[in-house]
Amino acid sequence: MNKLVVSPSPHAYTSESVPKLMYGVVISLLPALAVSVWFFGIGMIVVTSVSVASCILFEYLIQRYVIQTKPTHLDGSALLTGLLLAFCLPANLPFWMVMIGALAAVGIGKMTFGGLGNNIFNPALVGRVFLFISFPVAMTAWPEPGQWMQYTDAVTGATPLGILKEGLAFKTVGEIMPEVPSFLHLLTGKMMGSAGEVSALALLAGMVYMMYRKIITWHIPVSILLTVFVFTGVLWLANPDRFADPLFHLLTGGLMLGGIYMATDYVTSPMTGKGMIIYGVGIGVVTVLIRVFGAYPEGVQFAILIFNGFTPLINKFVKPGRFGKEVRRG
Amino acid sequence: MSLKTFSRGGVHPPEHKLSSGKAIEELPPPEVVVIPVSQHLGAPAKVLVDRGDEVRIGQLIAQAEGFVSTNIHSSVSGKVLKVDRFMDSSGYRKMAVQIQVEGERWEEDIDRTDDLVRNTVLKSEDIRKKILEAGIVGLGGATFPTHVKLMIPKGKTAEYLIINGVECEPFLTADHALMMEKTEEVFAGIQVLMKGLGVEKAIVGIENNKPDAIEKMKELAQGGPVKVQGLKVKYPQGGEKQLVQALLKREVPSGGLPIDVGVVVFNVGTAYAAYEAVNKNRPLIDRVVTVTGLSLEKPSNFRVRIGTPVSYLVDKAGGMPGDTAKVVNGGPMMGKALSTLDVPVVKGSSGILLIREDEARRKEMQVCIRCTKCVRVCPMGLEPYLMMNLSEKSLFERMESERVLDCIECGSCSYTCPSSRPLLDYIRLGKAEVGKIKRARKAV
Repeated sequence: MNKLVVSPSPHAYTSESVPKLMYGVVISLLPALAVSVWFFGIGMIVVTSVSVASCILFEYLIQRYVIQTKPTHLDGSALLTGLLLAFCLPANLPFWMVMIGALAAVGIGKMTFGGLGNNIFNPALVGRVFLFISFPVAMTAWPEPGQWMQYTDAVTGATPLGILKEGLAFKTVGEIMPEVPSFLHLLTGKMMGSAGEVSALALLAGMVYMMYRKIITWHIPVSILLTVFVFTGVLWLANPDRFADPLFHLLTGGLMLGGIYMATDYVTSPMTGKGMIIYGVGIGVVTVLIRVFGAYPEGVQFAILIFNGFTPLINKFVKPGRFGKEVRRG
Repeated sequence: MSLKTFSRGGVHPPEHKLSSGKAIEELPPPEVVVIPVSQHLGAPAKVLVDRGDEVRIGQLIAQAEGFVSTNIHSSVSGKVLKVDRFMDSSGYRKMAVQIQVEGERWEEDIDRTDDLVRNTVLKSEDIRKKILEAGIVGLGGATFPTHVKLMIPKGKTAEYLIINGVECEPFLTADHALMMEKTEEVFAGIQVLMKGLGVEKAIVGIENNKPDAIEKMKELAQGGPVKVQGLKVKYPQGGEKQLVQALLKREVPSGGLPIDVGVVVFNVGTAYAAYEAVNKNRPLIDRVVTVTGLSLEKPSNFRVRIGTPVSYLVDKAGGMPGDTAKVVNGGPMMGKALSTLDVPVVKGSSGILLIREDEARRKEMQVCIRCTKCVRVCPMGLEPYLMMNLSEKSLFERMESERVLDCIECGSCSYTCPSSRPLLDYIRLGKAEVGKIKRARKAV
């Protein structure tokens, strides 16, 4: 008789796998990708392709020749990092800058820590912040939507949050608001901003899909969005001339992209529901603080990176609710 | 009606109840049986027979030794071939009695008729004695001697008897078949156990994937002290602590037993065995075993004599399919893989599962991506990913303070891990090491 396989239980396994999860996130990003291609045309296509290809290539090269391990560049995580990096860059960013961002994301953000599963900070955000510091002018020139065939030569302008920040120096919120896109445009994404962050609706659809597939839970996105909504709402109620309304804050900048995709990155976010809520509230608070009281118009990226750093601490002190009271026994 | 379930964690693997609805088929005894004297938790029973002895069906062949132990009876009539060490489902050779089957001679005081005996004349104390005499153990798989569980420790009171008809393991249908075919007997068994415990209230928990069993049991329960409760399908609902929590919202404390919250839990199979022992004077010599597998010709529920070789059951279910690569004693989540089919069915065998080549092997382990799935599914509120990290680094005292001993080894974490990490293997290692540390501490 042929030999039987003997191994400890369980003998049944989920059909879920890391690539399936990663590609699940990629699928959930497709609506947002489609909207962005619609608004930013060829620029979005170039930036996204270059970013994805570079992330996969750099991951392969670093694993193959620097660390000398079996390359895992096709497990979907490099693809995802590339997509997310492209989503938070202006669609007119020269392709070589995109490549530098990809190198920073994969090389510094991920591989120096030991690759997938070991990085402390979100790789795509590391890439973005690296570019933001290195090329501040290019990283804050936002193409106007609707220029299909323009890439680096696109006409640029300021984001709604940028308009607000600039305007508040000598105007009230009520005077500024006519200059920013309408509520409908904020919702669909017809505004200036990072290539993939503009459409709140498409990103929310992606979130619903990820929750349905049980890729993420509600804890992180809901606690971030709710915190921003409540915090900016309180400020707005206190002084509507100084502070924009909470809906404006929800629908502008990188909040949706950051809250739904960047902050929910498995590796860099907490392990328990309670921990996720602490993390989410923290990100929400810091985001609003930077937006409203800081020097930059947008703060999501820094807020997430700061709380990425807090994640190990949160994991250490916030434990899941254990079953059954602990009883001291003699 | 809203369905109850336990509150923390849990998974829902494909149910694959292939043998559901199949009538219980009584298998004739094989030519030779091997009856281990340690089929229960606790001390092995002491062998009373010797080579060449003639035995009858139901005859005591090994006697309980100590309080946590139980009697073993011959499941066949014939001649003792050997009293020796034989391999059992654990993979180890253990003391057992091998009997050559000859004829069908029963012990005379056993009531072998199908007549239903509803009334239990015995008093609570005598019920316990009878159950020990009959060698009844928990038939859900844990095989803890039933008479011990019927003794309520000093200072505790039993308020509820909970009957576990959950059968949350995929593939298994033995309890389901029993509830469908022996409904009256199971109910009489519940009365026996209630009387043995001295409780007034009993609840039967059944998962909602057995609506026929829920309905049938409910019909019988009408107007009586026994309540039948449907439960949402979720593994590991059949875990004692999970079931108590699902039904009564009471949490058994860490390191404690259900009796700490006033509950005693028995399996439906145990209730049936208690009925036979107490009302029919029939010791535990056979049980219902599900034989199943995706490629198996005839998935079945067999009533088989204890000591029957597993290979005999597989033959009766259509023979071992060519693509079988793993044979599990029990269900896919908590069952033990067998290295050979030449091991006997014992009191704790609830099923034999044949797994095909394509599902028999583990996938290659990947890195942990901290997806939190293991934490989310742990029914005890532990952090399996952290346990594995600590175990790898031999940080066993940290594991103890993270409450590794609470782990019920349900396997939900390993099941759900998208990186195919052997979480439970490392947790078991940690539990063993923490056990050693605790014993060493006590010795000082």
